[in-house]
Amino acid sequence: MLDVALFVPCYVDQLYPRVALAAAELLERHGARVHFPEAQICCGQPMANSGCNDDARPLALNLVETFAAFEYVVCPSGSCTSMVRNHYAALLPGNEAAIALGRKTYELCEFLHDVLKAQPKGRFAHRVGLHASCHGLRELRLGSGSERLVDRFDKVRDLLSGIDGLELVELQRPDECCGFGGTFAIAEEAVSCAMGKDRIKDHERGGAEIIAGADMSCLMHLDGLLRRDRNPMRVMHVAEILREAQP
Amino acid sequence: MSTTQALEHADKAAAFVADEERLQWHDKAVYFVRSKRDRAQSAVPEWEELRTLASQIKAHALSRLPEYLEQFEAAAQATGAVVHWARDAAEHNQIILELLNSRGVKRLVKSKSMLTEECHLNPFLEANGIEVVDTDLGERIVQFLKQPPSHIVMPAIHLKKEEIGDLFHDKLGTPAGLSDPIQLTYAARLHLREKFLAAQAGLTGVNFAIAETGGLVVCTNEGNADLGTSLPPLHIACMGVEKIIPRAKDLSVFLRLLARSATGQPITTYTSHYHGPRPGAELHIVIVDHGRSKILARPEYRNSLKCIRCAACMNTCPVYRRSGGHSYGVTVPGPIGAILAPHIDPVKHASLPFASSLCGSCTDVCPVRIDLHHQLLTWRGELARLGLVPLGKRAAAKVTGAILAHGWSYRFFGKLARWLVPRLPRWLLYNRFNPWGRQRELPPMPEKSFREIWKERRDGQP
Amino acid sequence: MGSREDILHALRANLPGPTPLPEWQGFGITFPDPRERFARSVAEVGGRCVRLADLSTLDAELMLVPEYASALKVASLVPGVKRANVDLPAVGDPHDLRDLDYCVIGAELGVAESGAVWVTNHGLRNRAACYLAQHIAIVVKGETIVHNLHEAYERIQIPRPGFGMFLSGPSKTADIEQALVIGAHGPRSCTVFVVG
Repeated sequence: MLDVALFVPCYVDQLYPRVALAAAELLERHGARVHFPEAQICCGQPMANSGCNDDARPLALNLVETFAAFEYVVCPSGSCTSMVRNHYAALLPGNEAAIALGRKTYELCEFLHDVLKAQPKGRFAHRVGLHASCHGLRELRLGSGSERLVDRFDKVRDLLSGIDGLELVELQRPDECCGFGGTFAIAEEAVSCAMGKDRIKDHERGGAEIIAGADMSCLMHLDGLLRRDRNPMRVMHVAEILREAQP
Repeated sequence: MSTTQALEHADKAAAFVADEERLQWHDKAVYFVRSKRDRAQSAVPEWEELRTLASQIKAHALSRLPEYLEQFEAAAQATGAVVHWARDAAEHNQIILELLNSRGVKRLVKSKSMLTEECHLNPFLEANGIEVVDTDLGERIVQFLKQPPSHIVMPAIHLKKEEIGDLFHDKLGTPAGLSDPIQLTYAARLHLREKFLAAQAGLTGVNFAIAETGGLVVCTNEGNADLGTSLPPLHIACMGVEKIIPRAKDLSVFLRLLARSATGQPITTYTSHYHGPRPGAELHIVIVDHGRSKILARPEYRNSLKCIRCAACMNTCPVYRRSGGHSYGVTVPGPIGAILAPHIDPVKHASLPFASSLCGSCTDVCPVRIDLHHQLLTWRGELARLGLVPLGKRAAAKVTGAILAHGWSYRFFGKLARWLVPRLPRWLLYNRFNPWGRQRELPPMPEKSFREIWKERRDGQP
Repeated sequence: MGSREDILHALRANLPGPTPLPEWQGFGITFPDPRERFARSVAEVGGRCVRLADLSTLDAELMLVPEYASALKVASLVPGVKRANVDLPAVGDPHDLRDLDYCVIGAELGVAESGAVWVTNHGLRNRAACYLAQHIAIVVKGETIVHNLHEAYERIQIPRPGFGMFLSGPSKTADIEQALVIGAHGPRSCTVFVVG
């Protein structure tokens, strides 16, 4: 049994606790013992995203210290995982523990797929539009992406493939950005919402009931647009779907 | 430090977005070019290898740039070309003016050169009594309109055919209401043919300069560079220092990538290799620095010098497509533009690295593997260090940073927000102080945070 | 002089560390039938490809091209083009070619992947002819068709000093609303005759 530390993004902890709970329960089901070190707060991405690395640094140091003792750190967010894996070395130069944390931090889907070799089963009879969050896709390579000419693969899709009744709808632009982009969502609100609305239209055209993804930040942005528009589509994190498929 | 300057892209973008019909049209038109690239790419199984080769060739060339430039100069001179060097835009413009004046040139035709746009050559020459005709169809259109190009490959992509029809009716005498691209192009053909025939000099850009042979390569579809250089007795070619490639054979790599990345064609109609002037004519080459040596000095940014100006990054960029080239306020817009511009003027262009969601699509389409979205993030950090990030953003980062720095403040403010937000009246939550809320609902506020639930679970409570 | 030294000095001061120049051998896509692929590529880039067994039928085939048959002023650098009435090498001023209707030139090599041919000023005096002509025909030997551009660069001789170009199809533009228009400033049609 693998001992795994759960790294819960700050906004998931506060605003989408069910996603973190589903992540924990999924990990337990597929062979991990889940720990939640309470000292964790935030990876620092919101500040780093604005270029304010000085403000991000103390948060990063806290995270590095929190997870120092663990061998595996799993996070239900591609962007936070990417922050730790791809940016901590530059943010905390010379910090060996930070580099080590980068190597042992996994996004939830890639951990289930690559390390636990999970093949989730169950039933979820809905038409689902799978949103490919950018950090997960292009920073963590959870999938091959539409831009490159490489062998096709998609770890998130693989995890959903064993669920009965789950129909993935076809999208015209399978991996265009939703427009959240962190502080971009506020600073360039007009373009951000235009991008989100176009994603929603794409999912509608495909006949999706639910927009799913592996990053709650994207879904939070899309959900905000959906609910303002009173659109019946709803959003779910992939962890929630897998959890609901097999309670 | 002006906060309004740094809002520029966002404001212009908001205006662009406000015209919903035009927004959708522009987005789809530009995305279409991205999909043409995808189709062209699928016919080249070794595509990713080609990108790696191209990136490596450029990296090597940059590592020996002075040596290759000297080799190029000697080889070019041996073919009968005259080579000039310009440190900056002013020198570049002056060299060209003196050249034209000394040959009594009053009528110049120009094919596409982003470098000359950067240097604002046209207004300079016009102020000095020289007629400059941009001969690329898209460039001629925006020249008539006194607008800058909005895209480096498709300068008039932001204009509808009806608008071009109205323009041509005014400038070329085409029938009112004519908007058929074929007929409009034919009218431009006739008009520009007269300009080619009357021109006393032709100016081109340079797609690639071959160090080994002293040759220049210019790629066009329209034939305008070739008409501009095969008729008048003087050919002026302007190139940035980074256009150097070591060998002629290296062209095979870049040419297989360039047109496919730019427009989805296997190659442009014309790929002209100039080694020296025509018999009885002159060829002058102007090699320009204009800030490139500064970029070379910065390891974090020097990959941007590999750019072959294909615009694939613009076509794939969801932000460019929904804000238009003019919203960037620089000669070269889009992701590559947002990286190059702050070197020129970090104050004026501080908003550009933030005109991105950092989705990374640009990096994956770039034929020379420039780490575009990483450089955008690096710029954000540098701009913050220079104090050029707008006050609002800095304040938000400081406040958020302070709250998140300690467990107790994080937990306190988190619980406060979750308790307060559902209890506040809508008008208090959704107003002009809440940009999130302009078009989006705030997330629903759960009663308990995950850590509270987990703690209860651990302590045996339901 | 000063600018040159300043620029080279500024570049030298900040050079990245050495990186190797890559090599390649036998690299690039190949086709089971390069001539067939070439013909298809020419069509894809807006041109027309006609296969001839030998040059003897060139003029007869050209007569089937309405733009040639009705052309008033025809220049040809390829022998056997009967309607040719412009002596290209004798034209002193390229401006005099402004009303050239049809131009026939020879190419040294063809590239299957792009329908491009390699044309140099060895066989092309007064190169303005091939841009000013309203329509153009190119004659290339089938045995010179290579698979891809890497092979092409291994074989072509680039005139130094001089001029050479890859020419692929008729001139074109999509600058007006992305609508592809065949015939921009150069020739409005391009017919490639593959001989053998």
